[in-house]
Amino acid sequence: MALEALLWCTAALLGAGIGALAMRRRAGAGVAVYGISLGAALVGLVAAGVSLLAPGFPGAALTLPLGLPWLGAHFRLDALSAFFLLVINLGGVGASLFGLGYGRHEEAPARVLPFFPAFLGGMNLVLVAADAFTFLFAWELMSLSSWALVMAHHRRPGNAAAGYLYLLMASFGTLALLLAFGLLAGPSGGYGFEAMRQAPPSAALGGVVLVLALIGAGSKAGLVPLHVWLPLAHPAAPSHVSALMSGVMTKVAIYGFVRIVFDLLGPPAWWWGAVVPLLGGITAAMGVLYALMQSDLKRLLAYSTVENVGIVFIGLGLALAFEANGMTGAAALALTAALLHVFNHSLFKSLLFFGAGAVLGSTGERDMERLGGLIHRMPRTAFAFLIGSAAISALPPFNGFVSEWLTFQAILLSPALPQWLLKFLVPAVGALLALSAALAAACFVKAFGITFLGRPRSEAARDAVETDPWSLAVMLGLAALCLLAGILPGYFIDALAPVLQALTGASLPRQEQLDWLTIVPIAQSRSSYNGLLLFFFIALAAGLAAEVIHRWASAAARRSAAWDCGFPDASPATQYSAGSFSQPIRRVFGSVVFRARDEVQIPPPGDARAARLDVRMRDVPWEALYAPLARLVGFAAEQLNRLQFLTIRGYLTLVFGTLVALLMVLAVWQ
Amino acid sequence: MAVILDALVQFCQMAVVLAFAPLLAGYVRKLKALLVGRRGPPLLQPYRDLLRLLRKEVVLAHSASWVFRVTPYLVFAATWVAAALVPTFATGLLFSYAADMIAIVALLGSARFMLALAGLDVGTSFGGIGSSREMMIASLAEPAMLMVVFTLSLLAGSTQLSSIAEALQGPGIGLRVSLALALVALVMVAIAENARIPVDNPATHLELTMVHEAMILEYSGRHLALIEAASFVKLLLYVSVIGCVFAPWGIAASGDGIAAYLAGLAAYVGKLALAGFLLAVFETAIAKMRVFRVSDFLGAALMLGVLAALLRFVSRVT
Repeated sequence: MALEALLWCTAALLGAGIGALAMRRRAGAGVAVYGISLGAALVGLVAAGVSLLAPGFPGAALTLPLGLPWLGAHFRLDALSAFFLLVINLGGVGASLFGLGYGRHEEAPARVLPFFPAFLGGMNLVLVAADAFTFLFAWELMSLSSWALVMAHHRRPGNAAAGYLYLLMASFGTLALLLAFGLLAGPSGGYGFEAMRQAPPSAALGGVVLVLALIGAGSKAGLVPLHVWLPLAHPAAPSHVSALMSGVMTKVAIYGFVRIVFDLLGPPAWWWGAVVPLLGGITAAMGVLYALMQSDLKRLLAYSTVENVGIVFIGLGLALAFEANGMTGAAALALTAALLHVFNHSLFKSLLFFGAGAVLGSTGERDMERLGGLIHRMPRTAFAFLIGSAAISALPPFNGFVSEWLTFQAILLSPALPQWLLKFLVPAVGALLALSAALAAACFVKAFGITFLGRPRSEAARDAVETDPWSLAVMLGLAALCLLAGILPGYFIDALAPVLQALTGASLPRQEQLDWLTIVPIAQSRSSYNGLLLFFFIALAAGLAAEVIHRWASAAARRSAAWDCGFPDASPATQYSAGSFSQPIRRVFGSVVFRARDEVQIPPPGDARAARLDVRMRDVPWEALYAPLARLVGFAAEQLNRLQFLTIRGYLTLVFGTLVALLMVLAVWQ
Repeated sequence: MAVILDALVQFCQMAVVLAFAPLLAGYVRKLKALLVGRRGPPLLQPYRDLLRLLRKEVVLAHSASWVFRVTPYLVFAATWVAAALVPTFATGLLFSYAADMIAIVALLGSARFMLALAGLDVGTSFGGIGSSREMMIASLAEPAMLMVVFTLSLLAGSTQLSSIAEALQGPGIGLRVSLALALVALVMVAIAENARIPVDNPATHLELTMVHEAMILEYSGRHLALIEAASFVKLLLYVSVIGCVFAPWGIAASGDGIAAYLAGLAAYVGKLALAGFLLAVFETAIAKMRVFRVSDFLGAALMLGVLAALLRFVSRVT
């Protein structure tokens, strides 16, 4: 029932996309498309939620006579896909609602409207696909429709290059997935997931599939060093699409990884548990350092997505390590942490991208150096963005903290792992995670503080107006969910139990009966956390302090000029800017990671020229990996170019030579 | 009955941290003054300062938003709640299960987050410099602190401070290299987090090297009083954590009876006095360092923490 509903939703979404093509520029197309998307996402959300929460949900399967004639299109809904469908459709509901308001500002609606529902439909289809062909078809549908959305504003500088890079990386990733499925299917060619599950590959082949899955899903999710396209492409799309790409599409990629590695690939080898968390840790730390160096708000958010994907992969990798050693309880804990972070990140990253979109719609700016003081002009957007910033910085009592806390608890279980490499590696990964959590706080102090606080740095920022009620409703709703998931995490953890049961064969103790809704992942004496009580205590203590002070001490306040050590300057240019805020961190970390060099040029006395500060930073993964690759491709193309200008004799010789060579090979083979 | 007693201990604890925190600050100031041959302000001066500030009106900059006005209350509340969950004189705190040591570190992180935002709110250069440097210091201090937490919780098999204190009081632990490394790292973090010399100077104004004071430069009246109170409580919190983990002697356990609680209180006061004395001597003996040397200082703390945690990971017998 739920599966049929989901497939009908997908069909409706794809139909809406085609319908939007037909409607072209007609008025009302936007409302119709976003309305249909909203309805379909709501139905999908309910279907997924009901399936996930239904006790003992058996799963549903369906085969349609589509696709390859001898295979058919297999669809299946189990707990894992239900959970991810919940995440995807929640994001879809938010983005559609936001699109209803924000879409009115869209300058090229005909380039957005057909692809938005197709993108949403493609993601839904990936999650219910149960054979390699349908999966890859849906995956490509998702990639290409999101590529079209990235290219919606293709005339803006940089967007075309971003789209090109995205297309390259997406094709490369799909190629890796194609090979992975080929290996999984084995020589008999069983392309249904059920057949793959029955016959897992040998240990060596399994390792190859893991690497291919890491490349295929990791390039879509943004694992370092495959992340390069993400911070260019995600911000280039319209903001509600950026929210979908960052908050939701990366989750589809994570789903792909989990489906292949945890479900189809059979029992893991221990070294998988070393490779995946290490990659995750490096991704988390690099992602947040890159994010800190940005002054473009949307690009900062995109890099922060890279960081959060890293955190999820740390959890996934630990789960692999535990599972390989038969510690199913610990594996369930690590996987819970990862999946909860998937859910949490989809909430706050969508919220933050919507906030950035509201700022962009209101001021036309995404450069933080030209924003500031927006809290006075857009108070509600600012409030929602502040909640999102606190949540993504893993601050209690919000939801981001819960999933990071669970990840830390999983790390603290790892000394029981027998392998020495893991014993050395896991604390290092823990340090990277702690470092990225602290840096994320700095990053979002910068994102919120420079954008919304202080004084306006441009006229656009000074004249900003609050955004439309649709967008505000979405942002405030997501902010409420961030708080709710932070103070009542027990219910969310319990909802994950069927997923864990299916993937690891164990799950965490039931949380909802515990006193005061405390969460206890292992045992009360070991660790517990209660966001509700903390929230309640902080509110109580703050309220008490305010009440006592206002009643018995003083409640008087007066407005005056800023003090600023007695030397205030009226120009907003004297404020701290995005670049200056991150300067200390650039100096501490950037000199190693980015080889950052600051160069100050001060003209000699008497010279009226302005002083200059030049900052040079190098993108090491790009220079080490992509630039040589691009040069190699260029060189090969240059060499092969000669083949284009041969004489007819030359071509005939070439054909003859090839024929002889192939025959020789055939002779040797036999 | 036991629950009522635990609740009573919890409320005593909340009162104790609030009552003792300014005294500790006044005591350290007095000792520092005596060490350099001045007479120094009276011990109770911080209380008088707080009361005077509380009665004064608040002067807000024109560009200040609600974030600026709400922050002092939130910072005070978060710090107070965190301090109330650290065992000082007794372990059986009613609500200690609400937050383990990781959550306490994160609560202090929440307070810092708001304070750094308030520094940026008015839009002055001093506020910005303070916020940006505070976050740089925190970006190293917080992971170092978490590494210490890792070490301790691997030793004690728990991240709850009460359980850690009880485990370290027990016979099975003894002297360990990782504990020594963790202690050094924790002390370094405590110095940095509380803006003490050599990282920051709590007594300066109008100096480009200042961090914490620059961030709160625009605050006045009751807002300033709350922030000052929060920083007193934070100092007390760090001393309490070090005391309860590395010198857990005398801490009363749940249900020990009134005599044990009084003995615990006496032991706690003794620990505060000793820690305050050591802090005053250390601060008098050492020079303030340049702001960009702080990263070396805290980087060393982080490395010590990682080393301590690594030793625990590797030496655990399975």
